[in-house]
Amino acid sequence: MSKSVKEAHEPLFHIAKREALPFWLSWIIRIGAVAAALVACAAVTVLLTGENPIQVYATMIDGAIGTERRTWSLLQNTAMLLCISLAVTPAFKMKFWNIGAEGQVLMGGLATAACMILFGDKLSAPLLMIVMIVTSVLAGAIWGFIPAFFKANWNTNETLFTLMMNYIAMQIVSFFTYMWSVPKGSGQIGVINAKTQAGWIPALGGKAYLLNIIIVAVLTAVMYVYLKYSKHGYEISVVGESENTARYIGINVKKVIMRTVLLSGALCGIAGLLLVSGTDHTITRNTVAGRGFTAIMVSWLAKFNPVYMILTSFLIVFLQKGATEISTIFGLNDSFSEIITGIIIFFIIGSEFFVNYTIKFREKEANK
Amino acid sequence: MKKFTKLLALLTAVAMLFCFAACGGSGDENQTTQPAGESDLANLKVGFIFLHDENSTYDLNFIKAAREACAKLGVEIVEKVNIPESNDCYEAAVDLADRGCDIVFADSFGHEQYMIQAAKEYPDVQFCHATGTMAHTENLANYHNAFASIYEGRYLAGVAAGLKLNEMIEAGQFTAEEAKMGYVGAFTYAEVISGYTSFYLGAKSVCPTVTMEVQFTGSWYDEMAEKEAAEKLLSNGCKLISQHADSMGAPTACETKGVPNVSYNGSTVAACPNTFIISSRINWVPYFEYMINCVANGEAIAADWCKGLEAGAVELSEINDKAAAPGTAQAIADAKAKLADGTLHVFDTATFTVNGETLTSYKADVDTDAAYTADTEVIADGYFHESEYRSAPYFDLRIDGITLLNEKF
Repeated sequence: MSKSVKEAHEPLFHIAKREALPFWLSWIIRIGAVAAALVACAAVTVLLTGENPIQVYATMIDGAIGTERRTWSLLQNTAMLLCISLAVTPAFKMKFWNIGAEGQVLMGGLATAACMILFGDKLSAPLLMIVMIVTSVLAGAIWGFIPAFFKANWNTNETLFTLMMNYIAMQIVSFFTYMWSVPKGSGQIGVINAKTQAGWIPALGGKAYLLNIIIVAVLTAVMYVYLKYSKHGYEISVVGESENTARYIGINVKKVIMRTVLLSGALCGIAGLLLVSGTDHTITRNTVAGRGFTAIMVSWLAKFNPVYMILTSFLIVFLQKGATEISTIFGLNDSFSEIITGIIIFFIIGSEFFVNYTIKFREKEANK
Repeated sequence: MKKFTKLLALLTAVAMLFCFAACGGSGDENQTTQPAGESDLANLKVGFIFLHDENSTYDLNFIKAAREACAKLGVEIVEKVNIPESNDCYEAAVDLADRGCDIVFADSFGHEQYMIQAAKEYPDVQFCHATGTMAHTENLANYHNAFASIYEGRYLAGVAAGLKLNEMIEAGQFTAEEAKMGYVGAFTYAEVISGYTSFYLGAKSVCPTVTMEVQFTGSWYDEMAEKEAAEKLLSNGCKLISQHADSMGAPTACETKGVPNVSYNGSTVAACPNTFIISSRINWVPYFEYMINCVANGEAIAADWCKGLEAGAVELSEINDKAAAPGTAQAIADAKAKLADGTLHVFDTATFTVNGETLTSYKADVDTDAAYTADTEVIADGYFHESEYRSAPYFDLRIDGITLLNEKF
């Protein structure tokens, strides 16, 4: 809103960038948004089902933690989303808009599946696991490195580039699911090594997902330290704030971009490994199920802080699980849970607007 | 900011602890639930997993039957629609088991491995799966396959098709040697081969000179591809079309060209009033009642269940007199009676040849393995014993008289 506009005609309200809010206020806005989202969801559900809203919330909570299995599933899904969020964070902090996590995870998963299928009965369990880790990390890293290399050398648009890489990854997965499908030509790989469980991440203490969760917890701690206390972490934030400043203080921007995206891709590869070897034991083109995009939101909402990300990913998965339960219990189509999740995510993203901007109404004097 | 981070971490930790506490708590509850054997109809709960929703004719057939059977027996039903053939099926199956379902049923071939995975995890819950092939070799007491001898239905529909060809030959529309049918198939799987061969043999039983061409689409549901396949068959000179795929592509192509059509999965007379002759379909109500009653009475469900016309598991639609030849109803009733008393077998080796020779022995791939090894002798007493050694079809012979225009796995 420039001054000349104000002189000619001042609109009823205008939007201005806020001064940095005290963090408690920004969190009140965010929590308020979640509360408002829940009210909106209850309203929609009540309108469609006629159930009382308390019942709806109770169903949501029941769906997320109602039984032991559901709780494990909640924690596992949180861990998976968190892992991919951790993976996208270094690049995003550097303002490298990597929206290709979906494809990078998929490539990591495909590498894992390939090892399980091709070497499942040929290598010993520890050796197979090592080969799987190496190939999945490499696959994810290469998939991230290609756009980073072009960005660093020729300043290509990384958003479009990484987005397109997602579709290529999906087509490659389609090709291999067709090639390895059981029965031949069905386009479904089915459970890989169902009998031998070769290449499956082992259950700890009878809990299939425990090891996954521990691995992601460790990664979270490492990522926190890396971003906050290491020289690399410092370089990432400087390049993110201003490339010129970074150059001025002698940071090799090109190198930092490529190194960081390589790291992002490698972590995506690990997420693919955990998804295929530790969770699904198969691969389809939909294995990542949009987590590569949701992860961006998780990371942004948490202000790129891995510890906050535990909370944001937990919140999103909790709401998704609750919404799925509502659609099952009240006999609604699965699209309903997507509507509910959509409403909640809309409110959460909307709250960021109010955290960063303020709405200023026209002052009365200006009317005269 | 630092303080806040710590606070947040603490909060999260508390939330997680709460979760783990919830784990422990509900674990105890699980132990107090009664074993499945003691339950009777009133407190039985049955979970269903469907590949698509009501918009697919294939799934609609299952959904309607599930609701009908559950309503009739007064058991609680839980439905999960749009469950893909991936780990989502495992998730859906264990969720249904965890929800207290006594039986979990899945309707698509690709669901099988995930159902087996879930069955191993919940030994007290019965897992039933339509069209699968692995129950008889998996040796799991709580995993079962089911199918219906739809080849009997297709044979009878084939009789109707043959009579129609005879009528057209008599009317001088074409000569007996030109009597050629077309068939739109999805994949070159045993299920489809068994289907079109029984249809062909049914037609041949009344119209000995008939031949058939088969065009595959490589998809269970692709309206455009099915329509194009039908049109290709018509331009090749086919006088009558039937199909084994789930869209309206082939029937509508026939209605447009005024060519008689034998349909599948239910009557298409509403859309094709001038060309629809008859349709066969599987009725799943008898199986659903069987599996529910087994659990209610504490009896074991058969590893393989395959019933046909007599049990009501295979049904023929009303005959459309506008398109069907006169006497069709009588001819079908006669053949049906012969099938029932065992004087007629659909895959009688005297009625077909393979490479000009009558078969006396054939090993089929009954026990599923990656290499599709032929493992079981299926010809005895002068006929091919379809669906006897497992419920899903395994007739995969390429018999003389049928030409495959393409092959799509």
